[in-house]
Amino acid sequence: MDAILQQFFNIEIMAKAMPLVLKGLGMTLLICAVVIPLGALGGLAAALGSVSHNRLIRWSAIAFVDLFRALPPLVLLIFIYAGLPFAGIRLSPFAAVTLGFFLNNSAYFAEIFRAGLLSVPVGQTEAARSTGMTATQTLIWVTLPQAVRNVLPDLLSNVVEIVKLTSLASVVSLGEMLHAAGLVRSLTYNASPLVLAGGIYLLLLWPLIRLISHFERRIAS
Amino acid sequence: METVSNRAGTPSTATLSLRALHKSFGTFPVLNGIDLHVQRSEMVFVLGPSGSGKSTMLRCCNRLEEPDSGAIWVEGDLLTGPGVDLNKMRQRIGMVFQSFNLYPHLTALGNVTLALRRVLKMPRAEAEAEAMAALKSVGLSDRARHTPAQLSGGQQQRVAIARALALKPTVMLFDEPTSALDPELVGDVLDVMREVKEQGMTMLVVSHEMQFAREAADRVVFMDGGSIIEQGPPDRFFAAPEQERTRAFLSRMRG
Ligand SMILES: Nc1ncnc2c1ncn2[C@@H]1O[C@H](COP(=O)(O)OP(=O)(O)OP(=O)(O)O)[C@@H](O)[C@H]1O
Ligand SMILES: [Mg+2]
Repeated sequence: MDAILQQFFNIEIMAKAMPLVLKGLGMTLLICAVVIPLGALGGLAAALGSVSHNRLIRWSAIAFVDLFRALPPLVLLIFIYAGLPFAGIRLSPFAAVTLGFFLNNSAYFAEIFRAGLLSVPVGQTEAARSTGMTATQTLIWVTLPQAVRNVLPDLLSNVVEIVKLTSLASVVSLGEMLHAAGLVRSLTYNASPLVLAGGIYLLLLWPLIRLISHFERRIAS
Repeated sequence: METVSNRAGTPSTATLSLRALHKSFGTFPVLNGIDLHVQRSEMVFVLGPSGSGKSTMLRCCNRLEEPDSGAIWVEGDLLTGPGVDLNKMRQRIGMVFQSFNLYPHLTALGNVTLALRRVLKMPRAEAEAEAMAALKSVGLSDRARHTPAQLSGGQQQRVAIARALALKPTVMLFDEPTSALDPELVGDVLDVMREVKEQGMTMLVVSHEMQFAREAADRVVFMDGGSIIEQGPPDRFFAAPEQERTRAFLSRMRG
């Protein structure tokens, strides 16, 4: 029992690791702040493409979504960071992470937005168009608000997944939270910094998860 | 009176004109050459068995459905054909749907103001004043802040009528506006439609409310198999239908 406390819940080591882990948290939050809005926008664009009447646009969007949902994000990230330089494209770790997550997140957001768009009855579009609204106005003011509302829990769940996924950035040595915690662990031969990082993820994500349950219940009722 | 107008021979006196309208879904013909002219302030009632093409005809009148051939004019302005500013034309053609199609994420007021603000670009205060006037005309001033989910079916349909009315259209299209309603709520909607007519609106109505047709319609049109079989003033139409198919339909409707 003591050994477990010593190895995983060592307050002293946690306190020492704290500054570095918090710095890592800053990077984690920065990545999220860039990658989540970008991914959501990319996903929305791909979703609109996938329900387009134009066959070329539709097929391109579907191919994009299929490709980046199938490709493991770790592979994608390593390819962008370590593979692209052979093609003369050298990206900083942050740029590589941003691009990799943008592609991966867009694909997942696209599937959710697409389901949302398809969940809005066609009568809504017809009603809006019958009042002289353009297709774009109809999308912005009628279809999209309902689509988002209908898939809000899925959108938020995806955000939770993305926050956890940012730990992959450590493979390109970007100092996000788990990378920082791992560093301290390897220096101290003690897993407590990882537990600390895990605790912070929990604190960060738990309110979001409560919120998702709340929306799920509201939609069910 | 079929006066020649400057635009491709439409009768200039009609508010809504359909000429030789054809429409197929795939190889299945749904409209087989419809000619119909609705005069200013006239209420024309369309009857016909299920699948006879009533909704398709109505939906062609604002091009939610694209006719294969033929032409439609609104106050002498061509609606069909290339180069028509469809969004502009649709402002003049109000439509009321069987399933209301209110925007569930907006209040009654929001439903009515949306097109006023986005299409007519009215400032918010002006749009809300217009919308309140429209809601008042359907007897729902006190429900402006309710969402569709908080309204009865009859109230929802009256909001939908207000939404169309607020744009001050030239003609209003109704596709079975009371078919989705509980019987006790039908009367309120019909009362509103009667009022709209009394204000001088030009109306093309698909509905099975025979009693209402008798009282309020200026003309009844009977469709079957994508064609207009017979039409006339309601007294004559119901009392002495000329066509065998009309008689068969009416006796079926009376049960
Ligand atoms: N989008 C569509 N695609 C294929 N067929 C269609 C479509 N819309 C309507 N139809 C067919 O066209 C025919 C006429 O339909 P329409 O809805 O105009 O009839 P209706 O007279 O309004 O009937 P109801 O009284 O049942 O509403 C029907 O056979 C219908 O199945
Ligand atoms: Mg119909």
